[in-house]
Amino acid sequence: MSDTTGAEKRANAGTKKRKMGNSVQDHATLADTFNKDEERVEWHDNTLWWIRQKRDKAAHGIIEWEELRETASQIKNNVLSNLSEYLGQFEARAKENGIIIHWAADAKEHNEIVHGILQRLSINRMIKSKSMLTEECHLNEFLEQRGVEVIDSDLGERIVQLAEEPPSHIVLPCIHKKKEEIGQLFHEKLGTPAGNADPQFLTEAARQHMRDKFLTRRAALTGVNFAVAESGEFVVCTNEGNADIGAHLADVHIASMGIEKIIPERKHLGYFLRLLTRSATGQPITTYSSHFSTPRAGQEMHVILVDNGRSIHLGKPDFRNSLKCIRCAACMNTCPVYRRSGGHSYHTAVAGPIGSILAPNLDMRKYADLPFASTLCGSCSNVCPVKIDIHDQLYKWRQVLVKEGHAPALKKAGMQGMTLTLNNPGMYRFAGKAGRWFMRNVPFVLNNKMNPWFKQRDMPEPPKQSFTDWYKKNRKP
Amino acid sequence: MSSRDAIISRVKQNQPPPSPLPQLTNYDQHYEDLLQQYISILRFIGGEAHIVNSYEQVANILRGSFQEATRIISTVELTGLAAEIRPDIGDPHELENVELFITTSNLAVAENGSVWLRDEQLLARALPFISQQLAVILPKESIVATMHDAYDVIGQARYGYAAFVAGPSKTADIEQSLVLGAHGPKSFTAFILV
Repeated sequence: MSDTTGAEKRANAGTKKRKMGNSVQDHATLADTFNKDEERVEWHDNTLWWIRQKRDKAAHGIIEWEELRETASQIKNNVLSNLSEYLGQFEARAKENGIIIHWAADAKEHNEIVHGILQRLSINRMIKSKSMLTEECHLNEFLEQRGVEVIDSDLGERIVQLAEEPPSHIVLPCIHKKKEEIGQLFHEKLGTPAGNADPQFLTEAARQHMRDKFLTRRAALTGVNFAVAESGEFVVCTNEGNADIGAHLADVHIASMGIEKIIPERKHLGYFLRLLTRSATGQPITTYSSHFSTPRAGQEMHVILVDNGRSIHLGKPDFRNSLKCIRCAACMNTCPVYRRSGGHSYHTAVAGPIGSILAPNLDMRKYADLPFASTLCGSCSNVCPVKIDIHDQLYKWRQVLVKEGHAPALKKAGMQGMTLTLNNPGMYRFAGKAGRWFMRNVPFVLNNKMNPWFKQRDMPEPPKQSFTDWYKKNRKP
Repeated sequence: MSSRDAIISRVKQNQPPPSPLPQLTNYDQHYEDLLQQYISILRFIGGEAHIVNSYEQVANILRGSFQEATRIISTVELTGLAAEIRPDIGDPHELENVELFITTSNLAVAENGSVWLRDEQLLARALPFISQQLAVILPKESIVATMHDAYDVIGQARYGYAAFVAGPSKTADIEQSLVLGAHGPKSFTAFILV
């Protein structure tokens, strides 16, 4: 957690110098930091669980909910199996509509395309609505290094941008921040009165602050929720209207999308739009579901189709169906580990269970810890609107990572010790006896900070005898 | 090879065997009274709804709320309301001071309180977003039950830009407290003609 009261004033309101960007710590270490403030963990946990409950209420209000999930899942299966066709079809239709199409093999190419468009038009200030893909590509940092100012227009993203942090949640970027911290941040950066932490007041202050940005920026970048192959249109969903107000005022609209965002037909939108926000926040639909088909008169409209590892990922039978994700975040809101460790502990653009199965495709070594940040309880798979087998993939990733030699040394040593013990009945009996003796006679050997099982838990009462001893005594013929 | 061709060929090589598209159904349903369902959902998501018989009635209700000299733009003539009717809009930035935009819709969705607005109903794409308040007039018959029904109505229609708009612009980014009026309109009023 960053301490906003200590935030340095030197930071320009438009720049993003992130405090957590260079972190090399793993999930467990970062979660430890988050867990130091128990009250905050409790609050974070309860807030997200409340959103999960709103999702349940919305889902239970639709009799055909499970059929919708199944249909959406099958549509996405079809998309993955025919993606090369659909990409070509989308490109052709979109071009007919007057949209300029770009292809980016990786993050760098994506960032260079954006920069190239801005350079050609001599634009050095851009407004950007929510796009997890640009987080994945680190677009803001790339552009800022080249003298282009980027302002995030979603309120939650603007808040974390002012705080120089990455978003901690894909739908609720500043879910980890308390309103008092946001009040203090706005006081420092936007000049609101000190001590005012009223959400209504702070939102109005942000509205005033952002109006000017919308009116003066000539370039707007948005994400894409769905791109329709048959019509060449793309759909962007927001509650705030920030994607629209930015795009409709700008001379140039750039929309960045992962190649997996394609759906075959317009009528399929009906299924996804019914599922998306009900799964995300429990709303029946986002305030705005905007369908962009052609640029407005005098405007340039660009779509950048980004691969960045997705086409390789598609070739992995055990893991490819995570590409079906529609980014609702239901798996995060329900995850007992996410709720109690916070989004920043995942050190990746998309946190939580889905992020933990997506990230290792990009960089197995860097994200080797993430598939272990789970209890494998399966709640994520149960709420996923497109039926991704998230917890199975977490389990499968662990096997791949251990085989490839990415398991943490301590875990490896522990597993080897267990293998030895469980393969050797004499040693097994001795270990059991020794454990019971230590717990009874010198509990401090185990009940200390060195033992991870003692953290936030009391150790159990040691049993008087082992099961084998009990069995021998009671079941002897 | 260009990035385009390299991506497409990698995708082609790696995509799984064909998986057919599912049979689609509209789940014929649900609501006994589409009008009441639409109104109750719209109110739930922060919008307002009035059942009216005429444009005159719409004008009367709006006149009550907008007495001062504020800029109102409308796509329809509303007698007694000082509004610019379908003005020529050059630069959308000049819409910054619009207090109220009034337009019509021919498609609304009972399950989520949204209305479908297309280019020609917007005058300028920025208008329904930059205006401080938004009002939409729609005939009762335009309400359908679900998004499936809505896309049936839309069919293969061509448009440059269109959107489902459901209630006022909103955010709950600060501690999950719902605030109406994020960047777009602070209020959304549906006038349903019966």
